[in-house]
Amino acid sequence: MAHGPAKGIGRWLFTTNHKDIGTMYLWFSFAMFILGGAFAMIIRAELFQPGMQLVEPAFFNQMTTLHGLVMVFGAIMPSFVGLANWLIPMMIGAPDMALPRMNNWSFWILPPAFLMLAATLFMEGGAPAFGWTFYAPLSTTYAAPSVTFFIFAIHVLGLSSIMGSINIIATVMNMRAPGMSYMKMPLFVWTWLITAFLLVAVMPVLAGAVTMMLMDIHFGTSFFSAAGGGDPVLFQHIFWFFGHPEVYIIILPAFGVVSQIIPAFSRKPLFGYDSMVYATAAIAFLSFIVWAHHMYTVGMPVAGELFFMYATMLIAVPTGVKVFNWISTMWRGALTFETPMLFCIGFLVLFTIGGFTGLMLSIAPADFQYHDSYFVVAHFHYVMVAGAVFSMSAAIYYWLPKWCGKMYNETMGKTHFWISFIGFNITFFPQHFVGLAGMPRRIPDYSLQFADFNMMSSIGAFIYGASQILFLYNVIATIVAGKPVSDEKVWEGAEGLEWTVATPAPYHTFETPPKIDPAHAHS
Amino acid sequence: MLGIIKDRLARLHMAALTLWFGASNSALADGVAGITMDDVNMPRGVTEVGQSIYSLHMLILWICVIIGVIVFGVMFYSIFYHRKSRGVTPAQFHESTKVEIAWTVVPFFILIAMAFPATSTLLEIYDFDDAEMDILVTGYQWKWKYEYLNENGENVSFFSNLATPQSEIYNTAEKNENYLLEVDEPIVIPVDTKVRFLITANDVIHAFWVPELAVKKDAIPGFINETWTLATEEGIYRGQCAELCGKDHGFMPIVVKVVSKEAYGQWLAEKQSEAAEVKQLMTQVFTMDELVERGKGVYNSYCLACHGANGEGGVGPAIAKSAIANGELGTHLDMVVNGSRNNAVMQAFGKQLNDVDLSAVITYQRNAFGNNMGDMVQPIDIFNYKKG
Repeated sequence: MAHGPAKGIGRWLFTTNHKDIGTMYLWFSFAMFILGGAFAMIIRAELFQPGMQLVEPAFFNQMTTLHGLVMVFGAIMPSFVGLANWLIPMMIGAPDMALPRMNNWSFWILPPAFLMLAATLFMEGGAPAFGWTFYAPLSTTYAAPSVTFFIFAIHVLGLSSIMGSINIIATVMNMRAPGMSYMKMPLFVWTWLITAFLLVAVMPVLAGAVTMMLMDIHFGTSFFSAAGGGDPVLFQHIFWFFGHPEVYIIILPAFGVVSQIIPAFSRKPLFGYDSMVYATAAIAFLSFIVWAHHMYTVGMPVAGELFFMYATMLIAVPTGVKVFNWISTMWRGALTFETPMLFCIGFLVLFTIGGFTGLMLSIAPADFQYHDSYFVVAHFHYVMVAGAVFSMSAAIYYWLPKWCGKMYNETMGKTHFWISFIGFNITFFPQHFVGLAGMPRRIPDYSLQFADFNMMSSIGAFIYGASQILFLYNVIATIVAGKPVSDEKVWEGAEGLEWTVATPAPYHTFETPPKIDPAHAHS
Repeated sequence: MLGIIKDRLARLHMAALTLWFGASNSALADGVAGITMDDVNMPRGVTEVGQSIYSLHMLILWICVIIGVIVFGVMFYSIFYHRKSRGVTPAQFHESTKVEIAWTVVPFFILIAMAFPATSTLLEIYDFDDAEMDILVTGYQWKWKYEYLNENGENVSFFSNLATPQSEIYNTAEKNENYLLEVDEPIVIPVDTKVRFLITANDVIHAFWVPELAVKKDAIPGFINETWTLATEEGIYRGQCAELCGKDHGFMPIVVKVVSKEAYGQWLAEKQSEAAEVKQLMTQVFTMDELVERGKGVYNSYCLACHGANGEGGVGPAIAKSAIANGELGTHLDMVVNGSRNNAVMQAFGKQLNDVDLSAVITYQRNAFGNNMGDMVQPIDIFNYKKG
C-alpha cells in the first residue's frame, strides 16, 4: 500500500526513501558548492593583483586546500550520489535502493564530517594548509594540529562513499525490472555501476593513506619519513593510486548524464551504445595503471616514466570514442537547445579542451615544464568544472521538472548557461598562458609578468561565481512557484523508464516492476 | 582601482593581438605593450633539451588543434544544420561498427606517432652521464641552499634567500621589475657546461624549477634526485619552487646566472677565498658592535619572515621581551642551533648558518628590539656548544 512521506523533520532524519535521500544529497552538495566557491572567491580576490592584500600566505594555503577538498568530496561526489539515488531506481524500474537503511546512514554521516572539516578553520594553527593532495611530510610532521580532525573527516566521508557505492552495486545487480538486461540499462546506470566499483576499490586505499599519516603523527611510525626508514614518495604513490581513479569517479557519472541528455534533445538514439559501455570500462581499467603521471618529477626510473606515459596516452582512445559518439548522436538529429542541452554542448566543447591538455600533460618530458604550474590548474578545472559541474547543471535542469512537477524558467536557465560559459572561460583559459609562462600553482602572490592574466582570471571567477547564485534562485523559484507540468514525458525526446511515471514523480514508484519490451533498445 | 583595471584590459587586448599575430609577425608582437609570446607560451629556453621539449609541446598542441577543429567543426555543422527549427526529421541510425573501429584505430596511430619524439626526448633528459660539475641543491622552508661539490680547494656553499623587501610584498613600496624573482645570492654556472644538480630537501618536499633551463625536479627530504642542464647562452634565468611547501612557498625563487667559463672561474675563486676567510673568522673574537651589526643582516635574511622586522612576532613568537632572548644563554643557543622541539617550523639553524653568523644573530637578538641583556656570544662558543 502506497503511503506518503512522514511529517516534519523526522521525514528527513529517518527517511529510507531514495528520492528523499537523493534530494538531501543534492541540497547538501549545493551548499558545499557554495562554500567551496566562497573559498575560491577569496583565492581569486587575493590573486587579483600582485602583492598581498586581503589574506596572509598561511590562510591562503588553507583556502586552496579547503576549496579542493570541499569541491571534490563535498560538492561533486555527493551531487552525483544524489543523482544516482533519485534516478537509478527509476531508470531500472526498482521501487527503491537495495539497502535503504544504509542509504540513510550514508547520507547522514556526511554533514558531521564536513562540519568537522570546516571547524578546523577555527582551530589553533588554522585549517589544513597542505593542498587537497596533502603530500607528506608537509601534512604530517609539519602540519597544524587540526590535521587529526581532517584525517577523521576523510575517514568518515570515505565510509559514506563506500556504503553508497555498495548500495548502488547491490541495486543495479539485483533490482532491475524483469527483462532489463545489463546491455539495456541506460548509460547513466552503467557509468554509475562502474564508478561504484572504482569507489569500492580505491576509497579504502585513501583510508589507508590517512591512517598511515595518523600513525606517523601520533604513534611514532615513519611510513612517510626517510629519517625513520620510510619514504615521502610512498605517500604520493598511495595517494594517486586512489587519486587517479578518483578523477574518473567524478567524471564517469558526468559522461552518463551527457549520454542521457544529448539523445533527448537530438531526438535520436545514442550512437554506439555498446562502444560507450566498453569505453567506460576501458577508462575505468586504465585509471588504475596511470597514477604516477601525477608524479613525473619525483625522480622515477626512466622505465617507470615510459610505462606511465604510454598508459596515460592510451586513455585518449576510449575518451575520444565517447566524444565521437556524442557528436555522432547529434549528427542528423533534430536539435533543440534548451538549457540542459546547452550545458551538455558546453560540456562537450570544454571537456574536450580539457582532454587535449590532458594529452599534452601525459607527455612526460613536456610535463617537466607543465607540472605544478597553472597549466595544470587550467587543465583540471576544464575537466572538473566544465566536465562535472556543467553536466550536473544540465542534469538538474533536465530532471527537475520530473522531480517537482514544475518547469524552470528557460530564459533564466539559458542566461545561467551563457554567464557560466563565458565566466568560466575568462577564468580558466588565461591560466593556460600563465602556467606555460612559468607561474607555479598554489602561490598567494606572483611576479609582475603574470599580473594581467591573473586579473582577468579573477574577474572571470567573480562572474562565474555570481552565475551560480542565479542558478540557485532559478531552482528555488521553480520549486516554489514554477509553472506546473503534468506530462509524464516532460521533454519531447526523453527516453527511459523515469519518463513513464507520473509527473511529479510520486513518493513511491515501480512498486510493481514495469514490463520491459524485449524488442525495445536501451534508452 | 578602475584605472588599473582599464590599463590591464588594454594590455590584454594587446595580448590577444599578440596571440593572433604572434606566430607570423613577432616584431609587431614585441612592439606592443611589452607583451610577447613568452607571456603566453612555454619558453624555448637556452638548452637543447629545452628546445626539444618546446618542439614536442608545439607538435602536440598543433595535433590537438587540428583534431579540435575537425571535431568541433562537425559538431557546429550539426548545431547549425541539424536543428529542429529548420524542420529536419531526425535520422534514427545509432551504430556503425566500421566507424567505431576507425575512430579507435586512427587515434591509436596518432598516439604512436607522438610517442616516438616523446620517448627520445625523455631518454635525452635521463642521460646524466658526463656531467662536468655537480651542485647539491637543498630545499629549506623557505629558501634554497647551493653547495658546489668536487671542487679543488674550499667547498663553496651558500643559502639563497628572497631579496624582495616586505614593503613591496605588502604594497607600501613600488614593486620592482623582478618582484618575487630576485634573491640575495644567485647560483652561478658556466655556459656550455653540463651541470648536474643533485636535489634534496631538509624539511618538506620542494621542487627546483627553472623554465628556461628546462629543469624541474622534486626536492625530497631523505632522498637525492638528479637532473642536469647545459645552458648555451649567458644570462640570468629565474624560476620558483614548484611544490607546495608551506606558508612561504610562493616566496622562494631560484635565480641562475649563466656566465662565461672565465667569469665562473673568477667567481669560484672569490667564493673560495671568502669561505677561507669565514674559516679564519671562526677563530676571531668580535666586539659587541661587530656582532650586532653582522647579526642584524643575518636576522633580516633568516628570522624576519616569522619573527617580524622588529622582533614583534608574526607566524613565530615575538623575540622582543621574549623569555628565551631575555633568559639563560644556553636555552637561547639550543633554540637557535637545534630548533624547536614543539614546532617544526622553527628549524635547527645550526646546520644552516656558520658559527660566525650564529653567534652574531644570537647576540643581536639579545641586544635589540628593547632586549638588553648585554651579553655576547663568540663563534668559538658556538663551536664548543655544537661539540657538546
